[in-house]
Amino acid sequence: MHMADALISPAVGGTLWAATAGTMAYCCRKVKLEMDDRKVALMGVLGAFIFSAQMINFTIPATGSSGHLGGGMILAILLGPYAAFLVMASVLTVQALFFADGGLLALGCNIFNLAFFPCFIAYPFIYKKIVGKIPTEKRIFIASMLAAVVGLQLGALGVVIETVASGISELPFTTFLLLMQPIHLAIGIVEGLVTAAVVIFIWKARPDILRYSLEAKPLKGVMVRNVALGLLAVALVTGTALSWFASSRLDGLEWSIEGVTGSGELQEPDHGIHESLAAIQEKSAFLPDYGFKTNENEHGTAESESVTEAPAQWPAVDAGTSTAGLVGGLLTLLTAGCIGLLLRRKKTTV
Amino acid sequence: MSHHIVKADTLCYSYPATDCGIHNISFSITHGESVALVGENGAGKSTLLHHLNGFLQPDSGSVSIGDYPITQKNLKAVRRSVGMVFQDPDDQLFMPTVLDDVCFGPLNLGLAPDSAKNAALHALERVGAAHLVDRPPYRLSGGEKRSVAIATVLAMSPDVLIMDEPSSNLDPRARQRLIKLLMSFKHTKIIATHDLDMAVDLCERTIVLHKGKITADGATLDIFQNDTLMNESGLIKPLRMQGCSICGQDPERAESP
Amino acid sequence: MTFLERNFLDIRNLDLMARGDSWPHRLDPRVKVLTTMIFIITVVSMDKYSISQLIPFAVFPVSLLAASGLPPGYFLKKILLVSPFALMVGLFNPLLDQTILLHIGSLGISGGWISLVSIMLRFTLTVGAALILIGITSFNGICLALEKFRVPKVFVVQLLFLYRYIFVLLDEASRMSRARSLRSLDIKGPGIKTFGSMAGNLLLRATGRAERIHLAMLCRGFDGNIHTMNSSSLYLKDILFLLGWTVVFYLLRTYNFPELIGNGVLNFT
Ligand SMILES: Nc1ncnc2c1ncn2[C@@H]1O[C@H](COP(=O)(O)OP(=O)(O)OP(=O)(O)O)[C@@H](O)[C@H]1O
Ligand SMILES: [Mg+2]
Repeated sequence: MHMADALISPAVGGTLWAATAGTMAYCCRKVKLEMDDRKVALMGVLGAFIFSAQMINFTIPATGSSGHLGGGMILAILLGPYAAFLVMASVLTVQALFFADGGLLALGCNIFNLAFFPCFIAYPFIYKKIVGKIPTEKRIFIASMLAAVVGLQLGALGVVIETVASGISELPFTTFLLLMQPIHLAIGIVEGLVTAAVVIFIWKARPDILRYSLEAKPLKGVMVRNVALGLLAVALVTGTALSWFASSRLDGLEWSIEGVTGSGELQEPDHGIHESLAAIQEKSAFLPDYGFKTNENEHGTAESESVTEAPAQWPAVDAGTSTAGLVGGLLTLLTAGCIGLLLRRKKTTV
Repeated sequence: MSHHIVKADTLCYSYPATDCGIHNISFSITHGESVALVGENGAGKSTLLHHLNGFLQPDSGSVSIGDYPITQKNLKAVRRSVGMVFQDPDDQLFMPTVLDDVCFGPLNLGLAPDSAKNAALHALERVGAAHLVDRPPYRLSGGEKRSVAIATVLAMSPDVLIMDEPSSNLDPRARQRLIKLLMSFKHTKIIATHDLDMAVDLCERTIVLHKGKITADGATLDIFQNDTLMNESGLIKPLRMQGCSICGQDPERAESP
Repeated sequence: MTFLERNFLDIRNLDLMARGDSWPHRLDPRVKVLTTMIFIITVVSMDKYSISQLIPFAVFPVSLLAASGLPPGYFLKKILLVSPFALMVGLFNPLLDQTILLHIGSLGISGGWISLVSIMLRFTLTVGAALILIGITSFNGICLALEKFRVPKVFVVQLLFLYRYIFVLLDEASRMSRARSLRSLDIKGPGIKTFGSMAGNLLLRATGRAERIHLAMLCRGFDGNIHTMNSSSLYLKDILFLLGWTVVFYLLRTYNFPELIGNGVLNFT
């Protein structure tokens, strides 16, 4: 469920990068304040651990398919949320670079979806609440399970919102949501099971390692509020800036809306989610003026309308010129290939 | 300073929630001495060494380096004068490149980057690893890792050198090189090892640990020739002191040409 | 080879490639990271139906690939391997967006198909650029670039540690899972319980290792600060690289060159 660069718009990618960067800066400050100098090494090695453990595939009972470990929850339990967030961000960065999981622009989204929710929502509000001061095997099991499921559900929701807000994919919000959430419920349960298995193993073998999650001061309401407020501020600023950027026609979304509806603003389909989202969007100014994707098919007339209208709105793809585009594109590709070959020849003869 | 004495006084330690550890350890090692610490697996060698630079705090008893007992307050000074080479060089080589790694210590001592680099290059030269400077540690062979690990410690010019199984994972030639290298150091050396042949080469004195207790402390050759002691401590004589099973030669005669 | 071993090999391959010696390799990491980022943002900012205008962007990855002498096949294979998610999401487009946007002869092509092709093009370009970035820049170089970009040191240092110990822990993990599969005689992975104790053991070893590393750091005078020997400086060629490509990206973003060329050719004939 890594987001990919190809599916997001610069505005969404930028906003989430900003939110992620803000959270990271805050976490770095927190970790530094703890003044525990053994933590740097521990963070790095645990990151390497998560990275490696994620690559050991295990068999999911009854299905025969294989799953792998998510890491955010275990890291949060071992390191506390701030350090865990940083480590998870690092793991995702390495994966983005070496395995092309996601991409560099989508990395912000991925860190947010896969690190923020487990570390700052699921861990403090679910895991810690359930496990309490005196852990028992049963409590750890239930807590890991629930926390993993909730963390992943939120992450999947993040993916849906980010994808739909980007408007590159045509998937309407509800459809995508109905696709993603159940799949991730299943994945979440499996992840919860393994997380619980690992945590219980550690709790039996070396309970002292888990002491951090018991001992460390609980996340104070103030801190959580700080993080939330900071994020909101960052999102507001970048959202505004970027959608201004986007509205100066650099982004395709608005054009496509114009192309379909004939006017710059969205005409909301009469039911539900789009409307309320738009309302939320207006209130919070989260990506103001940056419409969520409309579903063209729901517009009764959209199809016939755009057949006639599209060519005018879309010079780039109208019949005559796009043949030119195709020819030219092929030529460019050919040239690029030749340049590549030439450069290469030179290199190998040296 | 002639008082780089390493002294342990009725040292006791057990790992939390176990009774494994070391019990009632006392010894005194004087300046320039070279001491082998031998014992079977789990005898407590590493545990003992970890007390000598204050990584583990004794449950009772004390350790002192020079004139100072190791306490939280003078930990830094102690660690500056005690250089430790770890059992697993991967634990010791944590920086991105060999150069970064060897510079790590000198930079922490407050050296300027240039002189730190010089100290590092010099240390690498001494262990014969100068050609590895720009490599990342994960692209080194076991022997190369070991050499670099020793260089990281040498770069800080310690007074006392502590090594945990320095010859493990080395091929015979690399092992030979290591022994030569260590012979050239005038430091006080404490070497925990399973390689008793190396102990014969390097150390005039040996301390035998068995189940966390010292069972013998004396001249290396005397101890290794004491069959009952060796047996009781779970040790086997160094190869060259055993009778040669192939040519049937008497070890005593081979020993004294 | 197991999933784990394959990935481990992959990392080692890329790590080795990044140690190559060519002019892209020798550029300052900062410049490479920035240029790649600008490239990705520009590509992603193209409108969702653009195809022809995206093609010339290939000039960036292709020329870097060629100049650095990295094997193109390797990168193509990697891109293909990770494409399923984008493809899966993209495949809904032809179903949902059936507005005809393009006529080739009498054949009408819907916006959905066009945007799907566009998605896959974007995907190839962005993923390719990121992979090539790591193919011509050592990971440590990227970390040091981050440090120069004022990313907090805690983050950079633990990232360096992470990368360093990936090599050790992946090795441990692969030995462990090989030992398990040798004894259990099945081809599939372990069940959840076995996995729990495998990962748990790996985790215990990892924390033990972290403790020893910390000790090793203390032994060498570590006092909470890590000094990196970060003394790279920007040269003219670095700045030219950044500026040059930025101008190229800007031009490619503003003008649809393939179309211009195509028009020229069609008019000529
Ligand atoms: N972190 C630890 N927690 C609990 N027990 C430990 C720990 N480390 C070591 N021990 C136990 O303490 C005893 C002494 O271990 P130590 O590592 O000192 O042995 P050693 O002589 O170095 O062995 P080897 O030759 O295998 O390195 C062993 O029984 C071991 O099981
Ligand atoms: Mg040992």
